[in-house]
Amino acid sequence: MFAAVGWALARDLRIAMRSKSELGVQILFYVIVVSLFPLAASPTREVLTTIGPGVLWTAALLASLLSLPRLFASDFADGTLEQIALSPRPLPALVSGKIAAHWLTTGLPVAVLAPLLGAQYALDSTVLTTLALTLLLGTPILSLLGAVGAALTLGARGGGSLLALLVLPLYAPVLIFGAGAVDAVHEGVSDTAELSLLGAGLLIAIVAVPFAAATGVRIALD
Amino acid sequence: MTSCADGVAAEGLGARRGYATLFANLQFSVMAGCALTVNGANGSGKTTLLRIIAGLTAPVEGEIRWQGQAMRPFDRRMREAVAFNGHLPALKDELSAEDNLRAWIALDDRSPDADAVVEALDAVALARQRRLPVRVLSQGQRRRIGLARLRLVRRPLWVLDEPLTALDADGVDALGALLDAHLAGGGVCIAASHHALPIPRERARSLALGPARE
Repeated sequence: MFAAVGWALARDLRIAMRSKSELGVQILFYVIVVSLFPLAASPTREVLTTIGPGVLWTAALLASLLSLPRLFASDFADGTLEQIALSPRPLPALVSGKIAAHWLTTGLPVAVLAPLLGAQYALDSTVLTTLALTLLLGTPILSLLGAVGAALTLGARGGGSLLALLVLPLYAPVLIFGAGAVDAVHEGVSDTAELSLLGAGLLIAIVAVPFAAATGVRIALD
Repeated sequence: MTSCADGVAAEGLGARRGYATLFANLQFSVMAGCALTVNGANGSGKTTLLRIIAGLTAPVEGEIRWQGQAMRPFDRRMREAVAFNGHLPALKDELSAEDNLRAWIALDDRSPDADAVVEALDAVALARQRRLPVRVLSQGQRRRIGLARLRLVRRPLWVLDEPLTALDADGVDALGALLDAHLAGGGVCIAASHHALPIPRERARSLALGPARE
């Protein structure tokens, strides 16, 4: 099973490395969206520190959404998905590998960049550490939930916008707990509850999502 | 009850697309070492039939049997037996022919043997282009990589959708050589094609699908 996860992960990372410009686009998108808010809002310290965590989290969510169609659509269009689904290896494991590759190429760079970009919002170092931690726990959930939506909208007309409508409401709890934890630290309250809930959500998603996404892929191929 | 313990059989198979009935109560069996060519007009359900056999699509009635056992869609025993070459090439434009083939072998839980990959590409006259990204190859050359894959993944059942499309005379010869070896080794092949496959007549069977009915 782990061999199947590794196969899909290695393959998708390799293809991502061959098309670096696409990766760059998502990361630049994140940087630009985050940098637009201080320009639009009044650049006073109080306003920036208040909106900062919410902006950094919302932008992470949008960056994840932007790259979601790529998760299955190109494999669906060129026939790779058919072959993967017909291989003797378990499809949920192969799908997990693809989701892991998606997170490593979109979620992880966002989590690493967020503390640097947070400096624009005059957030202090303890708040920035919590921000990075919540993004590290939360962005894999975004990739996982998004994978179910991406599998279900495969082959549908206007799949991209349908995907956004389907997935964004599911992202809401992740956003609430993620930005909530950062706010809590900012207010000087403990963030344990929010972090535990994010961790629990991540574990549930890791177990349940691969099966749901694999079923979605099989339905799309029928 | 079935006389075809070694091959593929269809029992009362039916398929529908939208409101059109493509075929109903279809019966056939293909023994090991034989090839079945499915022909019929455009839209008569050839591709649907092949996808049902491979286990990608569920039939509305009837069942597919492989070595005497009924197969559900995505049945593990069918996934271990079938090599499916559909309309889509399943090649990554960014990777070379060699890397594409290695990935498919690795997916089969075997470590790719570099010599075998080069040999298989040589058999379809692509040894020189093996390091080029697939993006720069022609349609016919992509189909040839698909032929090399059939040889490398070593499955007893080949399901080929229009295998002659975009192949030149040499490509057709290469397909003939592959099919000869496959059938002589007890393999089964089911192909949708408007033209006769390059195989000996005694191994060839054919099945004609009538037009779809509303």
